[in-house]
This record gives sequence, C-alpha cells and structure tokens, in this order.
Amino acid sequence: MADQGKPSLEDLVESSVTALGGGVAPQRLASRRKRLVPYGLAAPSVFWLLVFFLIPTIYMGFISLGSGYLGDIKFGLNFSNYVDVLKTYDTQFIRSVVYALIVTFLALCIAYPLAYWIALYGGRRKNVFILLILLPFFVSFVIRTVQWQFILADNGIIFGPLKNLGLLSENFHVLSTPIAVIAGITYNFLPFTALPLYVALERLDPRLLEAGRDLYANKVTTFLKVVWPLSLPGVFAAFLLTFVPAVGDYVNSQVLGGPKTTMIGQIIQNLFQVNFDYPHGAALSFILMAFLLIGASLYAKVLGTEAVTSAAGR
Amino acid sequence: MTGRRNTDPAWLRGMTMRRMSRRDLFKAGGVGAGALSLGAILAACGGGGDSSAGTSSGAIDWSAKPAGTLDFANWPLYIDKEKVDGQLVRPSLLQFTDQNDIEVNYREVIQGNATFFGKIQPQLAAGKSTGYDLMVITNGETLTRLLALDYVVELPTDMRPNFDKYAAPSVKDPAYDPGNKFTMAWQSGLTGIAWDPKQIAELRPDNPTITSMNDLFDPVFAGKVGMFGDNADMPNLTLLGMGIDPTTSTVDDWNAAAEKLTAQRDDGIVRQYYEQNYINALSNGDVAIAMGWSGDIFQTNLSGDSEGLQFTVPTEGAIIWTDNMMIPKGAAHPVDAMTYMDYVYDPDVAGQMAQWINYITPVPDSKAFVMGLYQDTGDEYYKNVAESPLVYPTPEDQAKLHTYRVLTEDEQLEWNGIFQPIYQS
Repeated sequence: MADQGKPSLEDLVESSVTALGGGVAPQRLASRRKRLVPYGLAAPSVFWLLVFFLIPTIYMGFISLGSGYLGDIKFGLNFSNYVDVLKTYDTQFIRSVVYALIVTFLALCIAYPLAYWIALYGGRRKNVFILLILLPFFVSFVIRTVQWQFILADNGIIFGPLKNLGLLSENFHVLSTPIAVIAGITYNFLPFTALPLYVALERLDPRLLEAGRDLYANKVTTFLKVVWPLSLPGVFAAFLLTFVPAVGDYVNSQVLGGPKTTMIGQIIQNLFQVNFDYPHGAALSFILMAFLLIGASLYAKVLGTEAVTSAAGR
Repeated sequence: MTGRRNTDPAWLRGMTMRRMSRRDLFKAGGVGAGALSLGAILAACGGGGDSSAGTSSGAIDWSAKPAGTLDFANWPLYIDKEKVDGQLVRPSLLQFTDQNDIEVNYREVIQGNATFFGKIQPQLAAGKSTGYDLMVITNGETLTRLLALDYVVELPTDMRPNFDKYAAPSVKDPAYDPGNKFTMAWQSGLTGIAWDPKQIAELRPDNPTITSMNDLFDPVFAGKVGMFGDNADMPNLTLLGMGIDPTTSTVDDWNAAAEKLTAQRDDGIVRQYYEQNYINALSNGDVAIAMGWSGDIFQTNLSGDSEGLQFTVPTEGAIIWTDNMMIPKGAAHPVDAMTYMDYVYDPDVAGQMAQWINYITPVPDSKAFVMGLYQDTGDEYYKNVAESPLVYPTPEDQAKLHTYRVLTEDEQLEWNGIFQPIYQS
C-alpha cells in the first residue's frame, strides 16, 4: 500500500496529462494505454484465479446446498447440510484447530532462533542454510510423512535401542498418538514458518542492534524492543502460512495418527472420496474456509496489517 | 478374428524365465505401498478423458471385428510381469496382442475404487468416453453405484466360451451382479487375520496361535491390534466373527457389531485403523495382529523380509471379495474388451497371471499350468503357489468364505452412519 505522501503511478500520469492542458490525442491514447498496463499485467493471474478458484468455488457452493450423491446430485437449498456436518464433526473440527495452534506455536519456537541465526550470523553461507531448510521439499510430502512412520516405529531406530536399554517400557509408543500427528505436521510445515521469519529478520539493520547497545540496553532488552517488533510482520506471515494449511492437513493424521486423532481434512476427504457425499463434503469445506477467512481477518485486525503490508511492500 | 491361434503354454512358459519381478517389486515397493493411495489422491488431477465419440450407449455391434486397440485401466502390481532382455514386459498381454492383433494400452491408474470412480464420473455422466475400454472395480459400494447409475455396458453372453467353461463357481452369478450381466471376475482375495507369530508368542505364550476373530478383541493384545478403517472389510468381517452372515444381517446386528468395535477402540485394544499399510506395521512390530488380505501375506512371506507373517482364515469364516472387469459406457473398443475378458479365462493364461498375482484366480483349472512351470524349472516357488490355499482355496476353505453385504443406497447410508464414526473418531 502506497504511503499517503507519495504519489502513485496513476497520479503521476494523471497530473502530467493535466499539466499538458489536456494534451493532444496521441498523448491521451498513450496515457490510456499506460493506465491499462496494470490490468494487462494482472490479467493472467486474474484469469487463473477466475478459472481455477472462483468458478469451482461457486460451483461447490451450489453443491453444498444440494442433496444426493455423486452421479445424481440434486440442486436445492438444503442449508441443513451445514448444520448436519457441524453437529456430526464438531469434535474433529475443534481437534484440528487445537492441533494447528500447537503446531504453529511449536513451529514458531523452532523456526525463530533458526531464522534469527541464519539472518544475523549466516554470513556468506546464508543461501546454503536456506537451501538446507528447503531441501526436504525436494521429496514428496507423502513420502516424507511415511518416513516418519519408520523413524517413530515402536522398534524403530529411535525407540528400538532405548527399549533395548530398558529406558522405555515395551509398550511405549509415539506412533498412532496425537504427539506423532502434531510432530509430523510441525516438521512438514516448518519451512513455511522459517522463510517469512528469515525474510523479516534478514532486513533488520544490524546498526539498530548497535544503537541499542549504545543506549545501554542489554541483549534481552534489545531483542524485545528492537528485534521482536521489527520481525512481527514475519511472525504474522509465518503464523498464517503455517496455521491455515495445518488446520486442513489430512495426510499426517492418516499416516501417523491412530484412533481419535482424525482431523477435519480427513473427514472432508472421506466425504468426497469414500462416501461420494459431495453436498456434505462441500458444506464442510465451506465451513472450514469461512472459519479460516474470518479467523485470519480478525487476526489481521487485532495485530494490525499496516506493519505487515508496509514491510511486505518494501 | 483372423489369425487366431490356440493358446500356446510353451510360449507363455518361455516368457516366464525368472519369476522374480513380483517379489522384487514388492520388496522395493514396501516403503511406498502405504503412500500409494495418498499419492494418488494428491496427484489426482489427470483427466484421462478422451472425448472422442465412443460407441453410443446401448447400441454396440458385438459382431463387429475388434478395432485393434484396448485401453485397459487396472490396479498397480496386478498383472504378470517379466524381465526379458532387461525390459519389463507383460507376457499375458503380449500373447493376447499376438493372437488377436489387439494392442493393449495397459495403465495402472486405479488406486482406489472410489477415487477412480470420482475421476471418470464426469465423463460417464456426460455420456462421453472415459478413455478406457476396460476397468477393474471391487464388488462393494462403488460397483453398486456404477451399476445403479447405468454406467456399465451389458455384456453379450454368447461371447465368453472360456468363462462359461472354466470360471469358478464362486465367481459365476455373484450376488452383486446376477448372471454376470455386467461384470466378469479379474481376481478374488480374502479378508482374514494377518499376524506375526513371534510377537503373538511373546504376548500370549500359553496360546500362541491365532484361530478366531475373537483374537482381534483379546485384551492381551491391547495396543497391538490393527483394524481396517473402511466401510467394507471392517464391518463385514466383524459381523462374520460374531457368527452373523453379513449378507443376511439386520440393522440390529450392525449396531451390535458397532458396539463391539467401539468398545474395542475405547478399551485401547486397537492400535490403528489402516487403509492398506498394515503390512509395514506388522513388519515394524507396531501391531502383532491385524485384519489383512490374503495376497499381501503370500507375497510378504515369499519376499522373506518379514519371515513368518501368517494369514489365517478364522474359524468363524473369512470374507471373499472380487475385483471385476467391466466395460464403462462410452467405451471406444467394446469388442476388443470383450475379447480380452474371455481370453483371461483360458486356463493357461489364468495360470500365468496367478503365479505372479498370488490372489485367488477365478480359474481353478489354471493350477496345471503353474505345476507345469514347477516341473519345467524346478523352482519350488511355483509348487508353493499351486499348492497354496490362498491362490487355490480348498473346498473346506471355500465353505468358510462369505461375501460382502450388498447394500441399497438407503441401507448404505445407514451402514456408513453406524460404522464410519468408529474409525473416523
């Protein structure tokens, strides 16, 4: 968002046209063309969103009010679909939000020191460290999660030796518990947390830290008064980028979870792909989407978007 | 059908030089096996929709000559493969092409019944070709839906001499498709109990053998029991374990079964509900006993990476399910598909496939071909296959096998509502 003081591109064009006293025809044409430039640049993405997001979303909106199953879905105004799914799957809904909050908190705790260290002490190897964070992305999401199954297996490489040493009881297990699910999601989404944090911290002017020291602030105070506030846009973005996909994740709970760890994404997947119940699946998707949209905008309102967008605009 | 030769067992046998591929594949695929279904879901955006106008539904000229092409959609690891000169080939398909001048585009695109249905449904609903002439779907909810929506081509009964002659009684005239009007079996399999003798001996030394469905509910195995998380195997096998034939069960029976399953979960007996990766869990020692499929255990046993895994048909009985070939409406080459469907009922062809697939073949007479391979090569493997009750069930085993309950749409809704909350908790 442009600052109030600075004239925008459009204003500049406008004023130059006015300055020329209305200008002659070719100039007006040129200015009109210039005015169209932003739209032209945006056209591909607008088209993309229209075709692959807006139209399917509207279609799913219709389906969510329909009835019947794939193959013979009847359109209607069954708002009860929304009530049905909320009543049936409230446990899983709440569980997903709770899991995602824990995941986001953990991921922030892990990623912040990491990003801080790379940004401030990474030196010439910064890019190498960033690449290392991104490296897991070169392996498919599902495969990575399945690997966790092996790491966390009851007699696997971690718990096997510990059990043999008698440090853990024979029946101890992490797989099929909420801990495994939360750990899996945290691991999988960590790069989404780390990157925005890194971007925010990397912009930090080291002279500000010096200034803090000059003003007799100790390290903790410098961090709290200088580093943390300046990194807030990064924290904000990291929170959203982690929390939103984490709520809807359906792979980790399926692969690493057990009884009573089902998340809402799994339910939606099953409604569509096992039960062929598109209306209820669509209704649940919409509830999730609405929850996330409202949650995100409330969150933005409370924390204030100005700092975030201005940082992003820099 | 010009140039059609008789099936030549020697030719097929010649192709089967080193029967390692399935075992190798299974070993290598062990890690990914569980991911298979998920991967498919994540990647599910391919529209194999060939919108070229196929035959208009209902008016197929079965007397026409084959078009020379067959687009075949099947599940992964579900047809014989061999390495010939470093190249993977599918002998039974090669021979089919050789005999009938029909090229087969064999594609392993089915990872789940419901997901595949979801993929092709838009084309079927629009009356267009799905791009496939032949597909393989398990009896159950998806098949019932396909038939109810009239998405499958009715088969001519006079074009399947091999089927009439050699098909096992168990796949003829099944409850889900009376008279085989729309489907012919590809392979069948059993849902029973898979278990690891070593772990069971540790956990229950006084009775280290699994014989009954009740063992899945034994508190001794708390936290070490794997169940299927689905609407077919879990409920049907549980009903069977309670001494109830699923096909004639009532809503009261369903509720009783659900109660039993819920208690099993809440008492901490169930470790996890699996889609299909229970084998890894058994091998890793996460579970000691689980609901399982016969063919999986057969392969795992032979691959040797988790020696001794057992498959048991419980005393109360096991579920037999069948994957069925069918022609989707709008198929461009129905005559080719029909030719192929009967071809696989040739005992030699069926034997060639059975020795690789290791599920229950619909052609009992194919045993002779597999024994022939043993006599030719001296490889014990073929003898094991031919004598395995998991590939060629004995009449006593057959008597203990029951099928899934065939449900109407309303019943299915009620059924799902009763059983789904158990594993989707």
